[in-house]
Amino acid sequence: MEEESDTRKINNSFLRDHNYATEADIISTVEFNSSGELLATGDKGGRVVVFQREQESKSQPQRRGEYNVYSTFQSHEPEFDYLKSLEIEEKINKIKWLPQQNAAYFLLSTNDKTVKLWKISERDKRPEGYNLKDEDGRIRDPSTITSLRVPVLQPMDLMVEATARRVFSNAHTYHINSISVNSDLQTFISTDDLRINLWNLEITDRSFNIVDIKPANMEELTEVITSAEFHPQECNTFAYSSSKGSIRLCDMRQRFKVFKEPEDPSTRSFFSEIISSISDVKFSHSGRYLMTRDYLTVKVWDLQMENKPLETYQVHDYLRGKLCSLYENDCIFDKFECVWNGSDSVIMTGSYNNFFRMFDRNTKRDVTLEASRENSKPRAILKPRKVCVGGKRRKDEISVDSLDFSKKILHTTWHPHENIIAVAATNNLYIFQDKVN
Amino acid sequence: MEVSAEAKRIMVVALGKLYSSRTQRGGLRLHRSLLLTLVMKSARDIYHAAQVTAQSAAPKCEPQHPAVNVITTKPAAAQGLQSPASHPAEESRTADSSTELRCSPHAHTRAENKENVYPSGPAQHSRKRRGKAAAEPDFLPCKKAKLEQGNCHQQLIVSSVLSDYVKCSSELRTAPTPIPVQTAIAAC
Repeated sequence: MEEESDTRKINNSFLRDHNYATEADIISTVEFNSSGELLATGDKGGRVVVFQREQESKSQPQRRGEYNVYSTFQSHEPEFDYLKSLEIEEKINKIKWLPQQNAAYFLLSTNDKTVKLWKISERDKRPEGYNLKDEDGRIRDPSTITSLRVPVLQPMDLMVEATARRVFSNAHTYHINSISVNSDLQTFISTDDLRINLWNLEITDRSFNIVDIKPANMEELTEVITSAEFHPQECNTFAYSSSKGSIRLCDMRQRFKVFKEPEDPSTRSFFSEIISSISDVKFSHSGRYLMTRDYLTVKVWDLQMENKPLETYQVHDYLRGKLCSLYENDCIFDKFECVWNGSDSVIMTGSYNNFFRMFDRNTKRDVTLEASRENSKPRAILKPRKVCVGGKRRKDEISVDSLDFSKKILHTTWHPHENIIAVAATNNLYIFQDKVN
Repeated sequence: MEVSAEAKRIMVVALGKLYSSRTQRGGLRLHRSLLLTLVMKSARDIYHAAQVTAQSAAPKCEPQHPAVNVITTKPAAAQGLQSPASHPAEESRTADSSTELRCSPHAHTRAENKENVYPSGPAQHSRKRRGKAAAEPDFLPCKKAKLEQGNCHQQLIVSSVLSDYVKCSSELRTAPTPIPVQTAIAAC
C-alpha cells in the first residue's frame, strides 16, 4: 500500500489558528496495547505518541518498567469538506491497537471522518556496501567500480517508523465517536452518531452498514449512538450505547437486546436527558459484563439482565445540585470514559479538578485520587482526596465550589494485566502504578 | 415565578449554544445539538405550564406580555428549509398564548381549551414540522393577525433539520438579522 505522504497541505496553514497552538497538545485519547508494553496517546493536533515500557533491569529494580517515548507521528491532518463547507478536525478521537502478530505493531486511529491503520516498526539494521552508490547515497561513477560486493546488513541506531497502511474514508456522514477491533482480528467497526459500519482490515473501498438509526425525517430524531464496542470473545456480538441511556447488545446473526433502567421520576429535572446520555460503554475482559458511564454514575450490567444494572456507582453526585451552572459552562456535555482493570474487579473513571475515581466491585470501597504535578513527585504515593459536600470542611477536603471544572479527566486506560494506569489531564499524561514492595 | 424564570434562562442559554455551535470548528455536532434541543423543549414545556398556571391564578395578564411574547415567537420560528408559509400545529398552539394578550377575557378560556384539545402538544404536534393547511386549525382568527404583524418567523430562518432550532428572537437579542439558509447539518 502506498505510504501516507507527510506533505503539509495548503489548507493547513490557514485552517490552523494561533489559538490552536497549545490546544493541539490536549490529549484526546489514551490506550494500552493488548500486552501493556505500549501506550498510545492521541491529541487534538492529530498526533499520536506511543510510549514503550522499558525492560525491567536487575541492576535498577526500582525503575520498574517506566514508559518512554517510542514513536511520534502525525496521524491526521485538518481537512476541508468543500461540498459542505465544513472543516474536518484532525483531533484523534480514538486509538485501538491490534493484537501483535509479528514484529511490527499495528493500531487504528480515527478522527471525525477517517480511520487509518498505522504500522509501527523498528529498523535497527541497514544494508551497507552497495555497488552503484556510496555510503552517502551518491551515485558512483561506473568506471570506478572494479569489483562486486554483496551489501551487508550493519547495525544502526534504532529507528522507529510509522507508516499508514490503510485509510478507511468516506463512509461516515456524521462524526465518528468510536472504533472497535473484532476478536476475529479481521474486521472492525466504526461508529458515528447514527450509523455503525463494519470494515475488513484489508479492504478500504467498502464497508457494510450494520446499524442505522437515522430516521426518515430528521426532525424526528430523538437519540444518537454515543459509543460501540465488540464483545471481547464473541466475534458476532457488539454493543452500542445511546444518548437516551440505553444499551443495545447486538448479535450480527440475529436480533438485539435492549438494556435500559427505568427512569426515576423523583430525580427528573431540566437536564435529565443530558445526564442520562451514555458517554462510554466497555465490555469486561471476561465478556460477562458491560460497563456504562453517564454524567454522574458508572453502571455495571450483567449481559443476562436487561432491565436494570447490576451495580451503580456514584462518581460525583455532589454535582447533581449544580447541573444548571454545569450546563451554562458546557461541562454537562463532557464525555467521560470508564475502564476495567485486568481482572474486572476494579473500575475507574475520571472527574473534575483532575480527580479520578476507582471502585472496587468486591469490597465496595472507592477512592478519589488526583493527577497533578504538586501531588505526584516520582514514586510518591497518591493521597486519597475527598470532596466536602456539607457545611463543615475538614482540613484536607476540598469544597464543591472550589473544584476546577476546566481540569477534567476524560480519558483513562488500565494496563491489561498489571496495576498500571494512564490518566490524561488536559495536555499532561500521568502514569501511575502499584507501589513496589 | 422561579420555575418559569429558570426555564426561560435555560432556553436562552440553549439558543446561544446552538447558535455558537454553528461556527464551531469541525461543524455542527449532532449529539450536542440534540441534547440542547431536548433541554430547550422541556424548558419550554415547563415554562408554558408555569405560565398557564400563573395566568389561571392571576386575572391580569399584562405584566406577562413581554415574557409570553418571548415564548410564543420562538417556537413560532418554523423550519426555514420548508416554505416559510407553513404553519405547524405548534405555531397555532403558541399563537393561542399571544391571542390571550389581545383578547383577554375569553381568550384565556380558549387557551385553556387549546391546552385540552392538544393535550400532549410537544409529543404529538411538534413532529408535524411540515404543517400542511390541514394541520392548521381554522378557528384561530387571531393567527392571521399575528402573521401580518409579526414577521419574526421569517427572520428566524432555521437551517438545521432538527426541530425547535431558533437562531434568535427580537426579544432576546437586540438586532435579529436574517440568517441565510446554509447547508443543513447532515441533511442527506
